[in-house]
Amino acid sequence: MYTQALNTAETDDRGLEDAGKAAQFQARVDAEERIEPNDWMPAAYRKTLTRQISQHAHSEIVGMLPEGNWITRAPTLRRKAALLAKVQDECGHGLYLYAAAETLGSSREELVDAMLAGKAKYSSIFNYPTLTWADIGTIGWLVDGAAIMNQIPLCRCSYGPYARAMIRVCKEESFHQRQGYEIMLTLCRGSDEQKAMAQDALNRWWWPVLMMFGPPDATSQHSDTSTKWKIKRFSNDELRQKFVDATVPQAQYLGLTIPDPGMTQDADGHWRYSEIDWSEFKQVLAGNGPCNRDRIAARRKAHEEGAWVREAAAAYAAKRARRQTAQAAE
Amino acid sequence: MATPNTPLWEVFIRSRNGLAHKHVGSLHANDATMALQAARDIYTRRGEGLSIWVVPSTAITASDPAEKGMMFEPAESKIYRHPTFYEVPEEVGHM
Repeated sequence: MYTQALNTAETDDRGLEDAGKAAQFQARVDAEERIEPNDWMPAAYRKTLTRQISQHAHSEIVGMLPEGNWITRAPTLRRKAALLAKVQDECGHGLYLYAAAETLGSSREELVDAMLAGKAKYSSIFNYPTLTWADIGTIGWLVDGAAIMNQIPLCRCSYGPYARAMIRVCKEESFHQRQGYEIMLTLCRGSDEQKAMAQDALNRWWWPVLMMFGPPDATSQHSDTSTKWKIKRFSNDELRQKFVDATVPQAQYLGLTIPDPGMTQDADGHWRYSEIDWSEFKQVLAGNGPCNRDRIAARRKAHEEGAWVREAAAAYAAKRARRQTAQAAE
Repeated sequence: MATPNTPLWEVFIRSRNGLAHKHVGSLHANDATMALQAARDIYTRRGEGLSIWVVPSTAITASDPAEKGMMFEPAESKIYRHPTFYEVPEEVGHM
């Protein structure tokens, strides 16, 4: 159950934590039990999950922007309907995830305000622009493909509400990836210009997509405790390798070239990619990507322009509640 | 400026005729009408339901997980409530 109101007492646990409770908690996690909102949990577990789930939610919401850019310019009605449904799904995913994050004790309003204030992060991949229609195909195929790779293990995350939200999300993501690949396939079977457009999109997205899995294992800050708490089941590098191995044959089928001339296949069949340029990742994370300012500005504008709707709905509900109270008193 | 909080609702969906409504998640809405519409948009985009209930989260009273031992002990100690507790000779057949 996702009941926010029941979580308020938990704040008292912060600071001095009972070692016995912490050991009991870890034993439950080790036994693959799910932790539920009203169960005792270490303050750091709560904090880590609030950060991770809310960032995940922000990513879904900001992720609507690069794709929304092409809804009015989709090449056919079929593509337009599919893209519209996909963008609606992303919004839905954001809402499931905000609900899961809220069970940890922060309100959605607080979480959204932190994102709008630039204090909370979202996935860096959405700070890249969608320049052509082929970018929409590439996002579905690769960005959603990478997201699925990340999210499938999260369906078994130790925190119940997050795991359950992920199960719903994963069911829906499969459509996203397939519609993206179909766009790519159509372009690759089309004219030379269309195929070149597909190749150009792959060239621009490939490296940023590999960065989606996060820093290399040797330098990742959050991995150790997240693994201990069974929030994370595979390391960044493991998931990245799984993704590359799954994607190379798909690119070959399309007749596209992965923009990594140094890539080789090892004896075990794994595709070994070249060194990733982590300075680019750090730059985009620090706010200097091609679209960081645009994305936040668009979210703020939407939030501000929707303020009168939220106010009107609240005023109407308050009026109805007053009327009901008055009628009951008569 | 901090945004004022919108009330939370729990959503229950009945997937097919004959099955009970099942909790699927929660959402925010100012009133019941808007909660129902939002529940349709968020939780039934692929024909998941034939009926939706929305309940204000504040209307739910939950058992305390810290007391689950005491709460559920009465059931755990009563193995004679299960059919396998009783011996029926094999010759009698399936019962």
